[in-house]
Amino acid sequence: MLTAILVMAGIGLVLGAVLGWAAIRFRVQEDPLVDKIDAILPQTQCGQCGYPGCKPYAEAIAKGEADINLCPPGGEDGIKRLAELLGVDPKPLGEGLEPKPRAVAIIDENTCIGCTLCIQACPVDAIVGAAKQMHVIIADQCTGCELCLPPCPVDCIHMDVVKEDLTTWKWRYPVHRIRQIS
Amino acid sequence: MSPLHRPIHRFHGGVHPDDHKAASSGTPIRAMPLLPRYLVPLRQHIGTPARPVVQVGDTVLRGQMIGSAEGYVSTAVHAPTSGRVVAIEPRAVPHPSGLFDMAIVIESDGLDRAVEFQPLDWQNTDPSALRNRIRDLGLAGLGGAVFPSYIKLNPGVARQAPSPIHTLILNGAECEPWITCDDRLMRERARQVMEGARIMARMLGVKSTLIGVEDNKPEAIAALNQARLDSDLEVAGDVEVVAVPTLYPGGGGKQLAYTLTGLEVPAGGLSTDVGIQVFNVGTAYGLRQAVLGGEPLISRIVTVTGHVARPGNFEVRIGTPVSDLLEAAGGRLADACGEIVGGPMMGFDLMDLAAPVTKAVNCIIVKSPTLFPPKPLALPCIRCGACARACPVELQPFEMYWFSRAKDFGKVQGFNLFDCIECGCCSFVCPSHIPLVDYFRFAKSEIWEREREKQASDQARIRHEFKAFRLEREKQEKAEKFAKAAAENKAKTAAAPADKAEDPEAARKKAILDAALARAQKAKEEMAAAGVAPKNTDNLPPRVEREIAEIEARREKTESCQDGVRTGP
Repeated sequence: MLTAILVMAGIGLVLGAVLGWAAIRFRVQEDPLVDKIDAILPQTQCGQCGYPGCKPYAEAIAKGEADINLCPPGGEDGIKRLAELLGVDPKPLGEGLEPKPRAVAIIDENTCIGCTLCIQACPVDAIVGAAKQMHVIIADQCTGCELCLPPCPVDCIHMDVVKEDLTTWKWRYPVHRIRQIS
Repeated sequence: MSPLHRPIHRFHGGVHPDDHKAASSGTPIRAMPLLPRYLVPLRQHIGTPARPVVQVGDTVLRGQMIGSAEGYVSTAVHAPTSGRVVAIEPRAVPHPSGLFDMAIVIESDGLDRAVEFQPLDWQNTDPSALRNRIRDLGLAGLGGAVFPSYIKLNPGVARQAPSPIHTLILNGAECEPWITCDDRLMRERARQVMEGARIMARMLGVKSTLIGVEDNKPEAIAALNQARLDSDLEVAGDVEVVAVPTLYPGGGGKQLAYTLTGLEVPAGGLSTDVGIQVFNVGTAYGLRQAVLGGEPLISRIVTVTGHVARPGNFEVRIGTPVSDLLEAAGGRLADACGEIVGGPMMGFDLMDLAAPVTKAVNCIIVKSPTLFPPKPLALPCIRCGACARACPVELQPFEMYWFSRAKDFGKVQGFNLFDCIECGCCSFVCPSHIPLVDYFRFAKSEIWEREREKQASDQARIRHEFKAFRLEREKQEKAEKFAKAAAENKAKTAAAPADKAEDPEAARKKAILDAALARAQKAKEEMAAAGVAPKNTDNLPPRVEREIAEIEARREKTESCQDGVRTGP
């Protein structure tokens, strides 16, 4: 009887030590949930959610401080995927937030005075230029966050909605009537 | 292996739709009259659109390059006739979306003058130079995929392990109903097709060349066999014309490769993975014209059939508006109800008759309610499995259909959606008349869109993180710089006296400076003792005094003005 207890206790101790060692050795440094949420967010870095970028918003969601319906660029689809990930019910986009069609910023080259304010505001470094030199937006890198609009002292930036062309055109969801059987 | 003993492999599934080929195959290829206007789209091939190398107002000659290849997967476009470039702007193009795309509009001058065509000395030219010439002559696959041909004719890649190209297949199966352009081409220009095949075989360095033709085209097979014997071009290995059973989609590249060789292309792979390169017979003809004639690809054979007065095949210049082509075929008959570009199985409805014929357009079918009765309403899927039995790629279309319908794209991909060749067999056999292929196309383009979005967001994340890192680094660098400067300053002041003591020159200067300061101080004291204030405005010449007065007056005026502004309302 005593041997059995000792053996069981011994096994318990050994396994406990292994588990404890593994917990330290293989500890995950970052909260994987934050990364998972961040992967769903559209990375426009626009701050419309009230957080300074997608990652801080993801952290706030993970901590339970922020709701999942604050990201307009992510749209309904994004909310649905967040809800699925977090196991909560999807809900409509937060009040005052409205999804917009995807757009890119365009600088009017005749008006630009080269003040570099937009360059500092751009969260993804998509604006090229130097002081007193004309600035240009790299359309492929622009996330359409609109953060460059307010700092421009001469209002020379406007947003252009991205039009569908042959490379981005998509086949539509087939709509066909199904015959009613009475 | 003798042609009589070549085993034919039967691929899975397939269907036998009514072929309707007799409607257009009976008459020889006809020429088109010269038109007043041509629209040459810059995107006629897979890959990057060509970059225009002419400007509005330029005069061009037939065969002159008007758009050059841009990037690797691209090829050139050429002027179909001589005339003037009147516009480079978005125009209607043959595309299921009906969207406009960039095109060069050429107004014909009626003279049809051509540039001088330089035949290529292909047997003595460096293969890579030859390939670049073929790219600049605008050659792209004419079977429908319009992949730039010069890439596929890369002998370096062709000999590369693990799968060196051992077999060249020319695709003359033409399995789609209604279409007969390859049939007529093989019948009438078999010699040129054969020469093209031999040039290809030599460029790729293959031993075996097979031309697969469906057995519903006996005249074409006979003509090719005759040409094989007649042709005096140097032969690289043997060319064999093989009759394959008529079964849709036997003309699919991978299906034909399997039928002829029994080699199956792995999922997600290309026929080159099993050492087979496939070209359409029209491409072989185009290559022959380019290499032996130096002619760029400015025309192709197009079938016009269906509900038109005089159906048949036409040699059509690239850029010919479809409306003019239909006119040449006698025009649409009464109660015509739309046009299909391509065949009825895989083609799409043309949105705009102003759209031009491009390198990809092999057939225009004019629809009528009798020829193409409206599709019956779809019934729910009954899981009969007919689609899976018909699928030539051995997929399970009914599974893919459910998940596409539910927009569960991960699951659709799990059923190998991207191996679907969109041949339409499943929709053809579906007893519930469900447009299955429409769902698969929808799912594919949604997945591509998501992939694009994901890439964009990943890049934005990286760039955003880098910006944060850069700002932090700049802040640190600035702080370090300040700290360093401050430390240096401190060190300097601490070291200064010692420096001066050591430096006799500095000591001498300091002595002079001190003496001057002492003198000035002394003079000041003396003046103060004498009761004289230092003044540098005495004894001025009248001119300077006048100037000073003027300045004073002006200053007073501006000051009062400013006061006025400041105190004003």
